[in-house]
Amino acid sequence: MANLLGLEVKTVTEIAPEEIERVHNWINSEEYKEKNFARQALVINPAHACQPLGAQLCAHGFEGTLPFVHGSQGCTSYYRSTLNRHFREPAPAVSDAMTEDGAVFGGQNNLHEGLENAYALYKPKMIAVFTSCMPEVIGDDLTAFIKNAKQKAFIPKELPVPYANTPSFNGTHIHGYDSMLVSILQNLTEGKQIEGRCTGKLNLIAGCDFNTGDYREYKRILKEFGIPYTLLADIGDTFESPCDGTYNIYAGGTKLEDAADSINGKATIAIGTYATPKTFSWIKDTYSGKHVTMSMPMGIEKTDAFIMKVAELFGKEVPASLKNERGRAVDAMTDSQQYMHGKKFAVYGDPDYLMGYVSFLLEMGARPHHILCSRGSKKAEKELQGLLDGSMYGTGCKIYMNKDLWHLRSLVVTDPVDAIIGDTHGKFAARDAKVPLFRFGFPIFDRVNKHRYPLIGYQGVINMVTEICNKFIDIKDETCEDRFFEMLR
Amino acid sequence: MSKIRTVEGITKESTEALISETLAAYPEKAKKKRTPHLAANDQTSGAACVKSNKKTVPGVMSARGCAYAGAKGVVWGPIRDMVHVSHGPVGCGWYSWGTRRNLMSGINGVTQFGMQFTSDFQEKDIVYGGDKKLKTLLNEAHELFPLAKGISVLSECPVGLIGDDINSVTKTVSKELDIPIIPCNCEGFRGVSQSLGHHISNDSIRDYIIETREFAEPAGPYDVALIGDYNIGGDVWSAKSLLEEIGLNVKSVWTGDGELEKIAATHTVKLNLIHCYRSMNYMCKVMEEKYGIPWLEFNFFGPTKIRESLRAIAERFDDVIKEKVELAIAKYEPIMQAIIDEYKPRLENKKVMLLVGGLRPRHTIGAYEDLGMDCVGSGYEFAHGDDYDRTAPEMPDATVVYDDPSEYELEKFAHTLKPDLIGSGIKEKYVFQKMGIPFRQMHSWDYSGPYHGYQGFEIFARDVDMAINSPTWKLVKAPF
Repeated sequence: MANLLGLEVKTVTEIAPEEIERVHNWINSEEYKEKNFARQALVINPAHACQPLGAQLCAHGFEGTLPFVHGSQGCTSYYRSTLNRHFREPAPAVSDAMTEDGAVFGGQNNLHEGLENAYALYKPKMIAVFTSCMPEVIGDDLTAFIKNAKQKAFIPKELPVPYANTPSFNGTHIHGYDSMLVSILQNLTEGKQIEGRCTGKLNLIAGCDFNTGDYREYKRILKEFGIPYTLLADIGDTFESPCDGTYNIYAGGTKLEDAADSINGKATIAIGTYATPKTFSWIKDTYSGKHVTMSMPMGIEKTDAFIMKVAELFGKEVPASLKNERGRAVDAMTDSQQYMHGKKFAVYGDPDYLMGYVSFLLEMGARPHHILCSRGSKKAEKELQGLLDGSMYGTGCKIYMNKDLWHLRSLVVTDPVDAIIGDTHGKFAARDAKVPLFRFGFPIFDRVNKHRYPLIGYQGVINMVTEICNKFIDIKDETCEDRFFEMLR
Repeated sequence: MSKIRTVEGITKESTEALISETLAAYPEKAKKKRTPHLAANDQTSGAACVKSNKKTVPGVMSARGCAYAGAKGVVWGPIRDMVHVSHGPVGCGWYSWGTRRNLMSGINGVTQFGMQFTSDFQEKDIVYGGDKKLKTLLNEAHELFPLAKGISVLSECPVGLIGDDINSVTKTVSKELDIPIIPCNCEGFRGVSQSLGHHISNDSIRDYIIETREFAEPAGPYDVALIGDYNIGGDVWSAKSLLEEIGLNVKSVWTGDGELEKIAATHTVKLNLIHCYRSMNYMCKVMEEKYGIPWLEFNFFGPTKIRESLRAIAERFDDVIKEKVELAIAKYEPIMQAIIDEYKPRLENKKVMLLVGGLRPRHTIGAYEDLGMDCVGSGYEFAHGDDYDRTAPEMPDATVVYDDPSEYELEKFAHTLKPDLIGSGIKEKYVFQKMGIPFRQMHSWDYSGPYHGYQGFEIFARDVDMAINSPTWKLVKAPF
């Protein structure tokens, strides 16, 4: 029964302390780094999740919308708990709980029963369906299944049920976000385009952004401009809902009628050129008005570009209040640049975030020394290189595409930096390298309220500068010799 | 059974009315399926009052996970000196990376591997199969982590669906590298919950691990194994030190902060002490049948259950242990009483509702009762009939028992029962906190712990008090 591997029975042994010491030193060596970078198949500590997670985030951004996973129930629990931990908020979503027999018969019965039950219990205005691995491998036909569900009256005919194929063995969470978003918009805007109608509004897509503060900041900026807007896939209120003694399962999201009418918008800006290419490409071909896709407005230059684009699209002057805001952000930077100047950073994350981090660091005279993306592209690499080439502080900085956080560990222990910017998963590498980790990305499981502080816009610049510089000052206060411990910093 | 315990205001009729009111919202078919999973407890019966371990009803918002979660998160993941490969697409391993709080000693990446190893399947791996990739990555893992004592390969859904043969690959590479490489066919679509993942993992320990090592030192009369403790927030460290204090020799721990070789040599111990019956009763039964090792369920939550458990353990040994047990009880009970004296006045008659995995919905009830609290509803994500049998005597009579409840059901129950505390998981936490109901995560100890043993009770009591009596709850309702 036991020992099916047919291994020789041995005595339980403890590893000698010298051996542990040797290996401990070895994993910090150049030699180890080379072996580590030679990996072909094993991925260790990846900085990306799978498509359905992004799809669920997107679905939560629409009014009354219930995210619905067609696939195994365990997947859904994983997505939900990830969002719960990051936002410290509910993340209601259902699954149709496919099991072994689904592999044989397909998942239509589960989908139909699931839709009927979910609609009866949670009374959604829209059900956004996306897939996990199982139906993708067996090739379920969602188009037919959902059509049949309506024909057989499991759900009302008029209930919008957009769906997206989000296989986990392809792309990352940002691609799932994109696929879900384009599907929702296609569904809601169908037949809503009216010749000659213009809502006069800006449609704004924030990209696969897990910071609720960013969504509030976009809205505030547009209010300063006095520009009417529809923020699409707006998770701002969904994942920052008030604690007032009641639980609202659908606490926020873009109004469905606004999303439907967005096709008649005056202009559309899709933020996040890597998280929204599919959506943007469809919008460009379909939506009225002007269309622009651009980077996340992180740092001064990218925020300026965003502000000027908004002004240009609506033929407006940049309001004095925003000019002042810009001035205050620059003031914060000039006042504190000495604490960041020349400091070396390792940064990792989704491509759109990386563009923002790198741009911001270079503006501060800091060096984004190691730039690591766990699922990058040639296009992203080129854009990052362009940013580095545009600044003397980019000299000697290196980009690592399709690498993971175990690679990052090798980088930061062999070629040290002063700090890392990333998400909670980088805390082990940061600890081993004895440097601080700035949690600007997703997910953040081990600090509170970070998602409430915007990173975009001029306010985002102030937030990042403050957090980073004060941490460096804290470290100085905590580690300096007594005789150098002083009142002023 | 001594005296029947009841909770004021809760009768069989009131509970049955609550259940039928709740079920009214379901479509016919779902209602029929859910009905046998909800019932009023019959304390004297000592038998399950609900059906369990059945397929989750689609679309209702269950809290359940999958077989992979049970294998990776629960049984295999906590073994600290192995590389655990999540074989398939990137997500499953990423979501379960560091999120269970099974703490580990050792040096990360050197002697301890609480990391995320995955084959990160791409489209081409689905089309052409992942066996070749698996072979390469096993070699890479061994090269980069030479002190890892073994490797587990935990299959995710696509692996089983595309017909990869991980058993053959692991066997070949295991021979080549001369380390145990264990295949575990725990695809998430298997079974109805995490539970099958536990069972499959127990079976793979039976088939590949046990008997492959022997302890260097001779066997002793007090050799035991600590089974079904996963070291959440340091539980093992608290439980193990107490077992050692009563004179026992804890030779291996399954699997919290566990070591592969010691687990492999467990077949020589004298007694298996099992905490989480649901996830590891299988191997206890195997070891009983095959090696004649008896096993004993025990409960280290709260001083009452700890005392009962210590005495039950002592019964299995000679006077040396019996004496040490009495000494330990005499030493700790005054300390426990002081804790109860501090917190009980603030917690007396408070009501708690529970939904946890496969053990704690019954095992923690005594600890709440030590603090003067009543359990007004309890249920499991993935328990079986034998768990519900064991639950009946622990819960007050006529209180509501729910198996794999939907979020809708839980909300309804909480709305009517108005508990002062809910103990459940992260997915439920913020739902109830928005309602202004105090909550503790009872899978992860809400980033606190340990809760096991005498050491744990002090922390448990503090946390329960903190949750219920935090002044923040008074601010939930605005004065305007």
